Amino acid sequence: MRKEHKKMSLAARRRNVAGYLFIAPALIGMSLFYVFPMLFSFGTSFTDWNLMTTPSFVGGDNYMELMNDSVYLKSIRVTFYYTLLAVPLSNIYALLMAMLLNAKIRGRSVVRTIFYVPSIVPAVASAGVWMYIFNPYNGFLNQIFLQLGFDPKMWIYDSKQVIPCIVAMAIWAAGGTAVIYLAALQGVPSELHEAVAIDGGNGLHKFFYITVPMISPIIFYNLIMGVINSMQVFTQGYIMTDGGPNNGSLFYVLLLYRRAFEQTKMGTACAMAWILFFILGILTLLNFALSRKWVYYGG
Amino acid sequence: MKSHKKNRTIKRMFLWTAIILVCIISLFPFYWMVRSSLMTKTEIFGTPMRWVPEVPQWDNYSEALTRIPFMRYFWNSFLLVILNIVGKVLSSSLVAFGFSRIEFKGRNIWFALVIMTMMIPWSVLLIPQFMLWSQVGLYNTYFPLFFPAFFVDGFYVFLLRQFFATLPREYDEAAIIDGAGYFQIYSRILLPMCKPALMTVCVFTFMNTWNDFIGPMIYLKDTDKFTVSLGLQQFISQYTTEWHYMMAAATVAIMPMLVMFFFAQRYFIEGMNFAGVKG
Repeated sequence: MRKEHKKMSLAARRRNVAGYLFIAPALIGMSLFYVFPMLFSFGTSFTDWNLMTTPSFVGGDNYMELMNDSVYLKSIRVTFYYTLLAVPLSNIYALLMAMLLNAKIRGRSVVRTIFYVPSIVPAVASAGVWMYIFNPYNGFLNQIFLQLGFDPKMWIYDSKQVIPCIVAMAIWAAGGTAVIYLAALQGVPSELHEAVAIDGGNGLHKFFYITVPMISPIIFYNLIMGVINSMQVFTQGYIMTDGGPNNGSLFYVLLLYRRAFEQTKMGTACAMAWILFFILGILTLLNFALSRKWVYYGG
Repeated sequence: MKSHKKNRTIKRMFLWTAIILVCIISLFPFYWMVRSSLMTKTEIFGTPMRWVPEVPQWDNYSEALTRIPFMRYFWNSFLLVILNIVGKVLSSSLVAFGFSRIEFKGRNIWFALVIMTMMIPWSVLLIPQFMLWSQVGLYNTYFPLFFPAFFVDGFYVFLLRQFFATLPREYDEAAIIDGAGYFQIYSRILLPMCKPALMTVCVFTFMNTWNDFIGPMIYLKDTDKFTVSLGLQQFISQYTTEWHYMMAAATVAIMPMLVMFFFAQRYFIEGMNFAGVKG
């Protein structure tokens, strides 16, 4: 009996050692590249540090200063404005694309490829191409506007139009989300749609009473990921407009980048990062709280 | 009966109109990029605009490629892609194997923590990771751009763990009876069976590394170390009005991604489906 017990614990010990050996890369990686940097950044956010001198402790000054920094507050407004437009619109467009793909059509895989391609090309390259399309002097949009007799616009060079333009690019690249929606649509049992048809429902009834509730967990997932990604939008603002005009596209992370790498205000930049982390946390929790009202998780 | 059929034809027409419209929206920027990359400067600025170049200017490509050492950047990007693929495949498969095949103490907590790394915004890690790398003297090297790949990636660990879970446990038990250890079960038996899932890891790592701009921008200083994305950004900021060269450079930068995508799109779709299922 005792011998048996000892044998068991030996096997258990062997499993423990082997298990931790296998997950060792993750444990090392989490401490080196997540836990340690985050603690370091949290500490730095309470200091004044330009990388050259030794950091000096300033308490909550960095946070306080940000609250009165009009450029910073502007970047928050710009980023929220972008997120509020980009997330719903690109999700609606993606769902529309997924429904087109879900119809029984010929050449579906070709069409799916075409829908998907904009989302896989380098952001730098698509930013370059869209810069040219939006160019006020010889870009495609104004050339078309002139031929149709409309007034040309300044597009990304107008502080009011720049965010809708960048939102349009996000919508254009929503193919990845569409593929996720397609998988969800294919999981909706067709009997449910037939039942609605028997009860005399039309296409809209099917969509709102069957499709939306059945795929609501995926909608929820895409909204959460969409908010997290949109709140951290950077490349378009950096390459196409450099935050302008008149700080009209000064996204949060772009300002964070400038504070850290152009002005080397590491304390302020870290404080900004933590405030963003906090905002994203609140938004995600809010999403979860609201999800109880509309997300349907099977039987 | 007849009106029903007519109704369906109209529906089909609407459907295809919408599909073709979305296809045009998706493809137009690419068409415009290639069209402009083959034009002369006067054609670019000429009015009324032309839809196709009068004579394709293939020289634009050689000009764009010599203005900036693109061949060098291609090689750099490929090197980083390979290193990242090796790192992610090795680390994610080892970690996923541990989580799915070995019952050890604390397994569920650690797994939850690994998954939670996915939720941490990259912008929070950006600055402290940069400070870390420059403190150890590895700024302006490739280390920050590939070394972390050898440790942890929550998404791929989750994906591979789910895949391992579909493989029957009987394989492990048979191997244990034959005297194999955990590492043999991992390397000889399970790894060869999860090739499709590993391919998904490869194609997404390829895409993320090739398209990454912020990483190379922050960590690389010497121009001869630049990647394609970073080189293209330099090109865009230097030759702001020479759209024909810029579009040629963009076309070249996109090409490897497109070629890879057309050969491996099955794995892309599978990975995207997986992303949705877990939600």
